[in-house]
Formats: sequence, C-alpha cells, structure tokens
Amino acid sequence: MTACCRPCECGQERKGDEVARVAIDVMLKQEILDPQGQTVEVALPTLGYPDVHKVRIGKHIELEIDESSPEEAARKVENLATRLLSNPVIEEFTYEIEL
Amino acid sequence: MRVGVVTFPGSNDDRDALHAVAVMGGEPVALWHNDADLKGVDAVVLPGGFSYGDYLRTGAIARFAPVMGAVCDFAESGGPVLGICNGFQILCEAGLLPGALLRNSGLAFICRWVHLRVESAQSRWSRAARLGEVIRIPIKHGEGRYYADAETLKSLEDNDQVVLRYCDESGRVTEEANPNGSFGNIAGIRNSSGNVLGMMPHPEHAVDSLLGPTGGRAIFGSLISEHLAGVGR
Repeated sequence: MTACCRPCECGQERKGDEVARVAIDVMLKQEILDPQGQTVEVALPTLGYPDVHKVRIGKHIELEIDESSPEEAARKVENLATRLLSNPVIEEFTYEIEL
Repeated sequence: MRVGVVTFPGSNDDRDALHAVAVMGGEPVALWHNDADLKGVDAVVLPGGFSYGDYLRTGAIARFAPVMGAVCDFAESGGPVLGICNGFQILCEAGLLPGALLRNSGLAFICRWVHLRVESAQSRWSRAARLGEVIRIPIKHGEGRYYADAETLKSLEDNDQVVLRYCDESGRVTEEANPNGSFGNIAGIRNSSGNVLGMMPHPEHAVDSLLGPTGGRAIFGSLISEHLAGVGR
C-alpha cells in the first residue's frame, strides 16, 4: 500500500478506495455530571436563549485509515477508540466510516 | 532504598518528588518516560504535572509511554508504585487502579491545603500513618473528581482500598470538605494487594517543616522508614 496522499504527486495511481475516512464522537456517559456543559447552559439565557437545555460537551475526532475493507476499518476504529480515544469507565463513543 | 521518579514530557513535580525521597532518607533515582528501564529501583513514583499536555484525557497518552510497560510489570510483581495527581490519573488510565478522575465539579483549578483522613493503613505507602489520623497535604488540580461505578465503589469500600478521604480539620468527612466533588470524598485509593497507591494530593510538597505542614512524610516514610528499619524489601 502506497504511503502518499491524494492528490498524488509521485505519479503512482492508487488502486480503488484505500482510505477510510472516520469520524468519531466521544461523550461522557449520560449518568456522569458534565460541568462544562452545565456552565455553558447557565450562560445561554444571558445571550437570549432561555429555552436551551441539556447541554453536554464531548469530543469529535476525525482520522483516516489506510484500509479498503469497511469491516476491517470498523474493527480497527472500535479497537483504537476503546483503547485510547475514549475511556470506557467514563465515556461512550459512536463513529461513522466513509469509504 | 532506591526510589525512581518518572519524568514524562509535561511532568512538573518530578524534582519535588526526588527531593522528598532524599529528605526521607531514600536514594532518589531519575527515570525517563522513553526508557523501558527502571534501573533496578525498589519503588516507583509517577509524579504530578501535565504529561503530554493533558491532551485527549489526563494520563491517556502517558499510559502508552515505553516506561509504563516496565512500571506495570513492576506493579504486578508486587513492586511499590505511588501515583501522585497526574500520576494517579495515569495509573487509572493504565488500569492499575480502578475508576477515573474527572473535571472538578466546580470547574475551577484548585490549589490549596486540604485535610485528609487516613482510612487504611494497609498499603505499602500508608503504613507509617495511624488509622483515622488527619494529615495536611496540598492539592492542585483541575481534574481530580474521583469517579467509579457503584459496583467498583462498593468493592473499594468492602476491601479497605480507600486510603485517604477529604475531611475537615477534625476529621469529619463532609460535603463541605470535598474540594472537587469526588465520590465518597475519595482522595486516594490502593490496589487490592496494597503495593499501588494513587492520590490527588501532593505528599512531595509536604515533607519539609521549613515549607509548611509535613503530612506527606507519612506517605514517603511508610515506604522508606520501613526499609531503613530493615524489614522492607
């Protein structure tokens, strides 16, 4: 598998779609207090939005994997999201893969 | 006794920890995050700071540093390991201690002296303390709210693994004495075999009477004085 990126300047053609584009959202579990979200929620009425509730703040992570199989890409994403990108003790994640 | 202190990129209490070891009569040994070598030390301290800029989550990246494989092996074979503040966060991320440290409930970074009640004198790092003793040690953290699910908390309580709790001056564990919203006012826990202790307060800043209260001597002294008395490893 070639290491270069598209558009490619090395003259080599990539065969098929080899890069999976992945978007992962990591959120604190529902039962865990989110002081960041609470603080933003408290600030919103002063901006004229008294009708906004249940603000929760998480992380959005984007990455690419050199992988042409959706199943294999999903397996890798679940693995790295469980081991590093989220902490299963306090967080949950969801993801989307574009191939 | 040779006590190693690991420096990660972003550690900032490593020098204080080395100094505390020396003050208590141990031999301080500087260890490096990128070295999978513990230099034959008798105990390891993971110091406070902001390893890897606290990126992603506190301790999340440090947990994969080359030295941590050696620290995990050392801990699993019964070697004494103390994680202070960021070090506690790293131990939780590495799975050497249960639970996690979340953003303080009041959001603010807190830097002040607190009172702690010694709840267990069963760990390698708290043997020099008396059960129920109240010690003064400073805290300085933004993410020190100890969290674990109900089942884990119950098992910590049932197995005497809560070592330190935030309390008031007279030792009462109250909501007012809880600086960061930690579950059960928990400030420090040990693993089931008692060789690994994680705590948010900073005992290394409280060993020298010239600089204030000396509550930290109970922690470092538990390990080192035992060794000096010839009954340690």
